[in-house]
Amino acid sequence: MLGAQLLVAENAFFYVIAAVMAYGAIRVVTTNNIVHAALYLVVVLAGGAAQYLLLGQEFVAWVQVIVYIGAVIVLFLFGIMLTRAPMKAEEKLTNDLRGAALIPTGLLAAILATLCLDAFSDKTVDLVSPIRTKAVTSAIFRGYLVPFEVVGVLLLGALIGAVVLARRD
Amino acid sequence: MYLNQFLLLSAFLFCAGFYGVLTRKHSVLVLMSIELMLAAVNLNFVAFGAFRADVVGQVFALFVLTIAAAEVGVGLAIVLLIYRNLKSSNPDDLDTLKG
Amino acid sequence: MRSLAVDIWGGWATTLGIKTLIVMGLIPVGALVLGYTFLLKMMSHMQSRLGPMDPGGFHGWYQLIGDGIKFIQKEDIIPEGADKRVFKMAPAIVVLSTFLMFVVLPGGPDFVVAKDLDVGVFYALAVSSLSVIGVLMAGWASSNKYALLGSLRAAAQLIAYELPLVLAVIGVVIQAGTMNLQDIVRFQASGEIFGWDGLGLPLILTQIVGFGLFMIAAQAELSQPPFDMPVAESELVAGYMVEYTGFRFLFFFIGEFGTAFVYAGLAATLFLGGWSVPFIDVDADIMNVVGPLVLFAKIMLVAFLMFWARFTYPRFREDQLQSLAWKWLIPIALANILVTGALKVAF
Repeated sequence: MLGAQLLVAENAFFYVIAAVMAYGAIRVVTTNNIVHAALYLVVVLAGGAAQYLLLGQEFVAWVQVIVYIGAVIVLFLFGIMLTRAPMKAEEKLTNDLRGAALIPTGLLAAILATLCLDAFSDKTVDLVSPIRTKAVTSAIFRGYLVPFEVVGVLLLGALIGAVVLARRD
Repeated sequence: MYLNQFLLLSAFLFCAGFYGVLTRKHSVLVLMSIELMLAAVNLNFVAFGAFRADVVGQVFALFVLTIAAAEVGVGLAIVLLIYRNLKSSNPDDLDTLKG
Repeated sequence: MRSLAVDIWGGWATTLGIKTLIVMGLIPVGALVLGYTFLLKMMSHMQSRLGPMDPGGFHGWYQLIGDGIKFIQKEDIIPEGADKRVFKMAPAIVVLSTFLMFVVLPGGPDFVVAKDLDVGVFYALAVSSLSVIGVLMAGWASSNKYALLGSLRAAAQLIAYELPLVLAVIGVVIQAGTMNLQDIVRFQASGEIFGWDGLGLPLILTQIVGFGLFMIAAQAELSQPPFDMPVAESELVAGYMVEYTGFRFLFFFIGEFGTAFVYAGLAATLFLGGWSVPFIDVDADIMNVVGPLVLFAKIMLVAFLMFWARFTYPRFREDQLQSLAWKWLIPIALANILVTGALKVAF
């Protein structure tokens, strides 16, 4: 019954991007080259932006590009290069918990997967109308004005805090 | 598209980030793993927003993005400070208060 | 109006290939036109350089072709210690960001690839920030300290000037009430100056501060003189491009001039009325032919200003550059937003 609603192109797009994202995520947490880890994170985040587009939510997709890829990753690369930017892969960037950490991770994955499958397995996303940017901005500046202002103050605090911490006095 | 496609992908990303936080030996890599988890949360918000045909999911995703940016700024300043004082970026080396 | 996502997946894929090819062709053409007109000819005249005026007949028309042949036949060298994959990918990412910016630039009522993208300007500025990643990759993967220093300078500069660039555009967005580039053009074409609608209302008249900020910030985003510290040849050899030869260097070159073309196009669209021209109805079919030509003329005008500054001013110092962005441009841009917003509410 649901099969009719599933558009082939959208699903193919989703699975290709999802596979790339999953591979990127694994590499982020396992690669021994720290700059490569940052670049794989770019892949994951760009894939995320593509998924947002697929879900018809344009604005957050481009915000993801400008904030995450344009600023956060650049900051990461900056931080790496200001401390050390080794060309060669390092011996070990993961600690001895590699095996042990799989247990809680697997447990978490099992719980999340069970919950998702139990609660939402028959729900579908219908892409009839993308969310217009106008609606998003109206929501932010009307319904969520106070949180928005608080976030602005938080950003200012973070800005000043980062400057104070990193100053060489 | 099933909603679960997005939720399971997001769960996978979250678990990968969780694993990274547990195992990474470099503070910047730990921060990256946290970013991975936040990105996973965002994907959930956006997916639920699309599922409910509502803007709220997107609005919250935007707030999470903002917080993530602030977190990275302060986090990297701290990493830089630690590196300057200890010449190390391994969070396990921060054990001067240990008895 | 449909979104980009729906456009692509709603039976759009057939024309996608053709449009991609057109845009991919436009980037080198735009880059070469700017490179030829301004870099080779205008600079030669302004700085009395005789070399580029010599090969071929009239004004040395052969110079550009000769340069192209030279670049393509050069050996493709990858340094011994380089991270080969990242090294090879970096120029492609820089060009990709240029390519993605081209997609939203409207040249006529129907002459645009991504039609009716809700967040047009914002999208263009967002994908323009991709090039920072390419620059950092190039600098790091070259395994060369000059390259690394150059890319760090470039990244600091691009981040610092991203802010005034975005903030300068906000004034236009407030006034036009939309981020869609096509609607901004229509707003300017249908506007009137004190009740006289002969010229429309090019937003440069009301947003002259924004225009100035945009041009300065765009100059810095392009790392053109006087903001060319990332490639300062007297200090860093050639910055992040130092290890690149042959066609990979050509990629950076095309990326740089192609991006200059797009920024000039964005400035022309946001401030000079884009493809619209006085006395012709914006929705007339003829605009699909006239529009691109009008836009091209305006782009050349804006690019002339950019390159004029490029060939005239000496380089800033690194700290001067940062304090210009943070202490002057950003506060002025914020004040501009405030005033624009207040006037928008008042009238």
